[in-house]
Formats: sequence, structure tokens, C-alpha cells
Amino acid sequence: MNFWDTFKTAWEGLTVNKLRSFLTTLGIIIGVASVIIMMAVSAGAEAVIAEQIQGLGANLIIVNPMRGVPGAGRTLLYDDALAIEEQIKGISGISAEQITAPLLIKAERETLELSVTGATPDYPAVRDVPVGSGRFFDQKDLDRKNKVVVLGYGIARDLFGDGIAVGQTVNIGTTRFKVIGVMAEKGTVGDVDYDGQIYIPLTVLFQKYLPSPLASDRLRTIYLEADSKETMDETILQIQNLMAKQHDVTLENPDFVVQTQQDIISTQEATTEAFRSLLAWVAGVSLLVGGIGIMNIMLVSVTERTREIGVRQSLGATPGDIRRQFLIEAIVLSLIGGLVGVAAGMSGAVLFGELGDMRTVIVPSSIPLSFAAAAMVGIFFGYFPANSAAQLDPIEALRHE
Amino acid sequence: MVDYLIETKALKKVYGSGEIAVAALDGVDVGVAAGEFVAIMGPSGSGKSTLMNILGCLDRPTAGHYILDEQDVSRLDKMELAYVRNHKIGFIFQSFNLLPRISALKNVTLPMLYGGNGLHPEEREERAMAALESVGLANRAHHRPSEMSGGQRQRVAIARALVNDPPLILADEPTGNLDTRSSKEIMEILHNLHNRGRTIAMVTHEPDIAAHTQRVICIRDGQVMTAGDCISSGVTL
Repeated sequence: MNFWDTFKTAWEGLTVNKLRSFLTTLGIIIGVASVIIMMAVSAGAEAVIAEQIQGLGANLIIVNPMRGVPGAGRTLLYDDALAIEEQIKGISGISAEQITAPLLIKAERETLELSVTGATPDYPAVRDVPVGSGRFFDQKDLDRKNKVVVLGYGIARDLFGDGIAVGQTVNIGTTRFKVIGVMAEKGTVGDVDYDGQIYIPLTVLFQKYLPSPLASDRLRTIYLEADSKETMDETILQIQNLMAKQHDVTLENPDFVVQTQQDIISTQEATTEAFRSLLAWVAGVSLLVGGIGIMNIMLVSVTERTREIGVRQSLGATPGDIRRQFLIEAIVLSLIGGLVGVAAGMSGAVLFGELGDMRTVIVPSSIPLSFAAAAMVGIFFGYFPANSAAQLDPIEALRHE
Repeated sequence: MVDYLIETKALKKVYGSGEIAVAALDGVDVGVAAGEFVAIMGPSGSGKSTLMNILGCLDRPTAGHYILDEQDVSRLDKMELAYVRNHKIGFIFQSFNLLPRISALKNVTLPMLYGGNGLHPEEREERAMAALESVGLANRAHHRPSEMSGGQRQRVAIARALVNDPPLILADEPTGNLDTRSSKEIMEILHNLHNRGRTIAMVTHEPDIAAHTQRVICIRDGQVMTAGDCISSGVTL
């Protein structure tokens, strides 16, 4: 029996019971669709990270207190930032930052409850958030501890609507601040909503909102912008040495961490990687389950069609003819499942991206990959039922009711 | 020297082994000449079904030889037997054994799909159509078996048995499921086939059907009986 005849025979076998054939392929459809969707979800997560690289600003060096070391939260100080600024060459900007606990923010009509960021004049340059209107505070504001505030784009709208915010006053806690600037719209990058920030001079934050003498000049993070990518490693080494000296610790046992944006991205990528392999396993398991479904139905089908097999054998079908017929049925089921699964997976991925809050990017290679996997499943799980059909004894098969 | 199409020599078929071994066929020697129309009769359990299965190359004997069309087929493997069934034998069953979900024409086409005869689809369809015409069913070619009467179904089955032009037709109680009128039609068709030189072996337990044939082979307890014993044991069997 040639291939085309076998294929037609298999196709007739499948179309006889359309509902069952569909239900059988459903397992494969779901398996293939989940492979494509899951790969699209992890590719989407990667795209978000890639955007963070863009959004963080170029050649960024980040100094954080070491987490998990007792007392380390107190160890990164404004003095450290000043020392770095003074002694380290090859740095074009330094942004020392701290945030407060949530505070009541009152404008004329609106009240918000938010954490306030204490920042230094280089913040817009280093963090790559330009000022939209008015100005950011300068060194003079910092030195004189001027009660001035710069609002994120969204906050300005929340507090003042469409009106002009610059020149207005805002109460933060019990202190009155003058609005001197509004940042340009930036949106959310990574997990930071730049439009929802409120900035005051770091010195004012120390004075007003961190009154504890133990922690009065402690920082959350120092962001540094290096002059060039090439000298960054050297600059980092210098910073580490300086920080160790400042804190009187060894480099082997530091209470601070110096990272580049690349380090942070790598950490996140490792997380995404783990996430992705988990998803791949889930998708793989659902394909496996789909395959077992095919095997199950094919076995039922072989039993049900024993008489048919006997008739075909009596007319001259060899064991090979029978095996091929059922194997092709299984493969055709899988391939149709694969095709429908690819379509379902692609529309599912798009739908997830549109409706859910996660980004999805369809990975082109996931389409042939999952399709090939479906075909393999068909061959693998179709072989056993097909072989048991081929081994039937024609006399027994003809007698079967 | 008779020119046998079918010849068995000391044919044995034993089921089970050791103490519980049962010989369904215990040394059967039969010969059917080319062009002969014979009936095989015997009570149930006589071994006639086993003999038919072996003659039909659906089963292999435990011992002895079966020569079909000058070829000893008693030791062939499954694939070779399938080939012999396809080319040398046309089966007609009591229960028709048509595939219910495909048309009469497709049922008749089936034997040409197997056995590697390499016919074009159009050629196959032409031959299937011609076979249906020869049993007077050309106008029902595109109907499914479920839309046909028992007699029509058996005629489709005969067309299917003929389509590969095999030298031997094996009919296993071909009228067993049919009313008298349909039975007569089927027997007429078989007669015509015989008259045109086809060799036919038919199992039956109806004496009036057996009377259509030239010769009756009686089987009892796995052995062939002489003609006299056959009649005395009652062809009423």
C-alpha cells in the first residue's frame, strides 16, 4: 500500500468519528499552545529587562548597603557619597538617594499619602529622567536646605490637575514646600513608577524626616555615572577600595555592594531563566499528557475496530500495512493538534499581552519547535497501539464482535 | 493425474500442548481440482472452520502440507500469507464483513489497495465498478452497506472477492444470514462464476445449498469422511 493510499485510509478512519478525533487532539492542542504561550511570556519578561537597560541610563554604577548583614542598613552614608565625589576620578555624575516612610502630601484641594525621595542635583542626569517644566534643585538648595519640591509628572497632575504646578505650594507632613519643577513624563521602568515620585533636597530629608541621630545621614542607594564603559571596571575597583577604607572593612567581607546595571540585569535574567525552564517543563508535561491521550484513544480505537482490521487482513493487508495505517492516524491527529495548537498559542499569547498585565513576545522558533514536538509525540505514542493492531491474529479479529 | 488447485497432505492442526492438546484437524487429505465447485460440510466442532481458515491462509497448520496453486503455503510467514490471500483467494463471509462506514465501491476497492499491485486510483475504481456491475449493483455503488439489503451486501462482498481476479473463491456459509430469495440470487451468481471456470470451495450446513455443488467434502472429528458415511451421518448435519 503506497503512502497516499495509507494516508487516505487513515484520514477516513479519523473523519468517521470527528468528535472523538477532536477530543484526542485537544491534549496536543493545549500542549503546543502552552509551549508557545509560555515561551512568549518569558520572552516578554526578557524584553522588559532589556528595556530596563535602556531606562536606567548609561554606564551606571550602583552602590548599595549589603543586605543580610546586621547593621548594614545604617552603613551607607551621605559622607560616602561626598567622599566618592571628591576622590574618585572618571565619574560624571553622582546621585545619592534616600526615601521616607509614607507621608501626607497636601495641595490646595488634594491629599496623597506617599514616600518622598531625597535626592541630589545630579539625579535627572544620572537616572535619565529629564525635567519637564521649572527646574530641579541645585547645590545651593541643598546647602541652604531650601524647602523646595520637584514633582513627578503624574503627581503634578494628581495634585493640580491641568493647572500649572510650578510656583504652587505643597505641604509634606507639617512642612510647607514650594514647587519648583515638574519632571517630564517617563512612565514605569522595571518596577519604578517615575511619574509617581516626589523629590526634595536630600539634606532637607535628613533634617526633617529622619530625625534619629543614629541614622540622620544614611542613604538608600548611591547611583554613579561613569565617564566611559572602558574605564568602568577600574572605577568600580577604586570605589570598592575607598568604601572599604571609609567603613574600615576588608574587601573580602564588605558591608556594601558595588554593582553595575549589567550585574542587576544578570541577576534578573537568572530569575527569568529559572522561570522559563519551569514553564518549559510545564509545557512539556502537558504535551506528554496529550500524547498519552492519543495513545489511550488509539488503543480504544484499535479494540473497537478489531473487526475492520480482521477484514483488511483477510483482503491481504500485511502487518506493516495495518501498523502504518494506525501510526499515520496518530501522526495526523498530532499534526492537526500541532497546527491548531500553534494558532491557539499565537492568539493566546497576543490575548495575554492585551488583557493581562504581562508582556508577551511570540518566539518564532517556538512554532517549528512545538510542531516538531507534537509530531514526535504522535510517532512515539502512536507506535504501540499501531503495533498491537498489526499483531492481531486475523481469525480472532474477524470473530470479534 | 488430476490438476489440483488446492491439495492438502496429512494436514494437522493442534490447539494447546501436552495433556490438554486437542487436534482440530487430524490428518486431512483433500484435493480440489481447478474449476471445481465443492461444498465442505460437517457438524459444529468437526474442524471445518479450522480447515477453512487454513485453506484461506488465515492460519497455518501444525503439521502437514497445503499446496495452493502449486505453491506450498503451509510454512509461509505472516507477510507472505497476506500476499497469498490478496492474490490467490477471494473471501465471502456469512456476515459479509463489509466496512460499514464506506461506500460499496470503496469496499470493493479495498483488495486492490494491498498486495502492491500498483494500480492507479482511476484504474482501481474502474475495476471495482466493473466487479459491481458483474453482480448487478452498479447503481448502488455509492451507497453504504447499511443502506442495502442482506442480499445486496453479500453481492458487494462477492464483487470484492472477485476484484483481484483470484483463482480460488472461499465462501463460508454465504447464505447463512439470508432469506430464501436472496440465497437463490447468491447461489446463481456462484454458479455463474463456476461456469466461467472459477474454483469455489463453500462451507455450508444446508443440504439444499450443498446440492448446488459438484461434490461434498464431509469433515467429522478432524477427519475427512467417505461419501457414504457422509450421507449416512445425515447431510442434515
